[in-house]
Amino acid sequence: MSKPDTHHEPLIRITKNVGMPMWKAWLVRIAAVVIALVVCAGFIVILTRINPFEFYKVMIRGNFGTKRKIWSMLQNLAMMLCVALALTPAYKMRFWNIGAEGQVLMGAAATTFLMIHLGNSLNPWILIPLMAIVSMICSAVWAVIPAIFKAYFNTNETLFTLMMNYVATQFVAFLITFWEGQKGSNTVGIINGTTQGGWLPTIGGQKYLFNILIVFALTVFMYIYLKYSKHGYEISVVGESENTARYIGINVKKVIIRTVALSGAICGIAGLLLVAGSGHTISTETAGGRGFTAIMVSWLAKFNPLVMILTSFIVVFFERGASEIATAFGLNVKMADILTGIILFFIIGSEFFINYKVHFRSRHTEGGNK
Amino acid sequence: MDKKVSAIELKGISKKFGEKYANKNIDLTVYKGEILSILGENGSGKTTLMNMISGIYFPDAGKIFIDGKEVTIRSPKDAFDYKIGMIHQHFKLISVFSAAENIVLGIKKKGKYDLKKEIVKIQEICDKYGFIIDLNKKIYEMSVSEKQTVEIVKVLYRGADILILDEPTAVLTPQETQKLFHVMRLMKEDGKAIIIITHKLNEVMEISDRVSILRKGEYVGTVNTDETDMTALTAMMVGKKISLNIERSEAKGTEDVLFVENLSCVNREGVKVVDNFSFTAKAGEILGIAGIAGSGQKELLEAIAGLQKLEEGKIIYKNLKTGKEENLRNKTPLQIRNLGIRLSFVPEDRLGMGLVANMNITDNIMLRSYSRGKSLFLQRKEPKTLAEKIINDLEVVTPSTETPVRRLSGGNVQKVLVGREISSAPKVLMVAYPVRGLDINSSYLIYNLLNKQKENGASVIFVGEDLDVLIELCDRIIVMCAGKLSGIVDARTAKKEEIGLMMTGTGGKNNE
Repeated sequence: MSKPDTHHEPLIRITKNVGMPMWKAWLVRIAAVVIALVVCAGFIVILTRINPFEFYKVMIRGNFGTKRKIWSMLQNLAMMLCVALALTPAYKMRFWNIGAEGQVLMGAAATTFLMIHLGNSLNPWILIPLMAIVSMICSAVWAVIPAIFKAYFNTNETLFTLMMNYVATQFVAFLITFWEGQKGSNTVGIINGTTQGGWLPTIGGQKYLFNILIVFALTVFMYIYLKYSKHGYEISVVGESENTARYIGINVKKVIIRTVALSGAICGIAGLLLVAGSGHTISTETAGGRGFTAIMVSWLAKFNPLVMILTSFIVVFFERGASEIATAFGLNVKMADILTGIILFFIIGSEFFINYKVHFRSRHTEGGNK
Repeated sequence: MDKKVSAIELKGISKKFGEKYANKNIDLTVYKGEILSILGENGSGKTTLMNMISGIYFPDAGKIFIDGKEVTIRSPKDAFDYKIGMIHQHFKLISVFSAAENIVLGIKKKGKYDLKKEIVKIQEICDKYGFIIDLNKKIYEMSVSEKQTVEIVKVLYRGADILILDEPTAVLTPQETQKLFHVMRLMKEDGKAIIIITHKLNEVMEISDRVSILRKGEYVGTVNTDETDMTALTAMMVGKKISLNIERSEAKGTEDVLFVENLSCVNREGVKVVDNFSFTAKAGEILGIAGIAGSGQKELLEAIAGLQKLEEGKIIYKNLKTGKEENLRNKTPLQIRNLGIRLSFVPEDRLGMGLVANMNITDNIMLRSYSRGKSLFLQRKEPKTLAEKIINDLEVVTPSTETPVRRLSGGNVQKVLVGREISSAPKVLMVAYPVRGLDINSSYLIYNLLNKQKENGASVIFVGEDLDVLIELCDRIIVMCAGKLSGIVDARTAKKEEIGLMMTGTGGKNNE
């Protein structure tokens, strides 16, 4: 055991940063995005020798270039936001639902079923609400299965919901064999392409507007629900401390199941919007990884539904921009993934600098010691 | 003790958390072969200061000298290298390991690992200072006092010359405390420098040679113990003179309100923690419950509050106005409340059970009442008014009602909790360790609040650890030992030693 013979301050010290003002926190976040773009530019130049400003121009064009692209971006934003909103109540309760992918698929499957079997016979005024209800129920049931096990047997919900994704994917793959357009094609194709039976209505000629409005309404609902309703309060209490919840007489099991059912039901809405509101078809890829990306969107917004609009936009903007780049410059699609990865790394990393202060050894105190 | 050699010396130590000074310009010297008490109210920066010596925090300014040489302590490992050992309030032991395994854990030595050889060495240390402990016993089989012994032996085995004990007596019986003090005196004679943090003034007077006092992060002064007394120390600590008397009124009511009959319950592991326990609580009295920590007090209170399933027994609540009796057995807290029974409970784990740490004061005050009414939405106006009233009446120090309770100091957290629980004018008020970790001012404020509840005719059940307080505050004291009733004594005539013996099951009258 040798004594350290120097008496320097440590080179780097990390202390907790309490109460950073809002504007400063946002400044850090914006700085993180700027630095991320600079680092991306470096990567772009090294790997492709293309002018990074061209890159970013294309990125913006990919999102805002044409009217069609703007609507398509908004649709993607709405879908991402919808799944993030679905996860939020569960996450506020510290129920780590990572099964949104499967829950969305179950809702999508229910919607498809009704579109195929009743799409051309039922009045849309009855059919569409019916589709909404059935898909919400299907997704809610899918989500509630792990919740019941969690509530009664305290099983690990992370593993359980994750595994339910694979079951859902396989189940949809199985259903597709019944629904496939041409035998053996393994794809469903556009459902009711000619009659548009069961398609969600277009508003003012915009086929995505309906989806966007629904998700917007959901955002407002979720904000109020979490902040001002008794249910929202119970979710917070159970999430913070189950002991406290029991102590004041909250039925913890009931709150867990109710909240996860709500989480699943909103996934069902996402499934409905994806099938009946935009794709008009189903595949095992219908959820498109949103069930996982939405976890990050929800976390980055600190579970605040209004902030989630912004975090969804950031994620969607970079995703779409990056894939536009891949096509515009004839690069491998993985290039887009690299860029998205770098950008998210910086955005998430910036939270560290908001919550902690880093001190470097200062020169003058060292001089003072001698 | 003629020639004083400083073991550790602090000069101008400061530490800021955010904008607030936790320690400001502190000077402190500890000599070899002495016991120094550090005295201060909660939030006065005692633990922060000790954490800087033991390498957990790094000071923002100031110098530390060990054996006269300036040093920098960057990590707990550095602290070990300088032979500083800290015994924390919360033990840091691995429960499935034996005492000896815990003691040798983390020490890097060249050559083959030979536990037997090390046990011999550890035993030598134990014999030297008079520790009595079975080194092969597993931690989970140990009592709190035994675990503490392991912690102390651990730092001695690592060669510590400077020992810091953070509130070591908080969890001990009077007998165990005496044993600890005996060991401390032996260590002192051996030339070790010992720093002890404690709230209990009588212990400060008994064990220490000198006392250093901190107040609000600043250094007030150091006095020799034999030249001071408890009143003077309190005045230095609080900054003003306060009286240390609990005004106990005569118990007025004699009517029984709560009957606990043959109550038994098991914990999660299936171990019987409360065993065939019976007592009655009267309106208008404070009924104390004494016992070593973990003797079943927690489960007993939780069973009455409807949080713990009963294996056997009855809990009868009698409404004194109507004479109606209700069995509370296996009723949930909500069902009890819906019966119109005003039963309040201040649990031991304030932030983990009584309150929600991340919620603000208003939302915490609302916990009991939020579900009232048919509306789907929360009503925050009334709770906010109540929160303001509690802040005002109990002098809670907080920036606003919107501050998360985790940002408040321990005493203020407790005031919020107690304030909420007594705001419903309870008929039965159960409190578990309500002054644990609280400073003198806050403690006496809580005692007075309990007394006021008693005068209002509430039946107060008080689980405490400080026997002096129990004897001074309560009317009757129930003594628990390993889940069983050891006896019931009259607090006005009871002797501390007698209760201490009953707590360990070696004495007592009403033994069954």
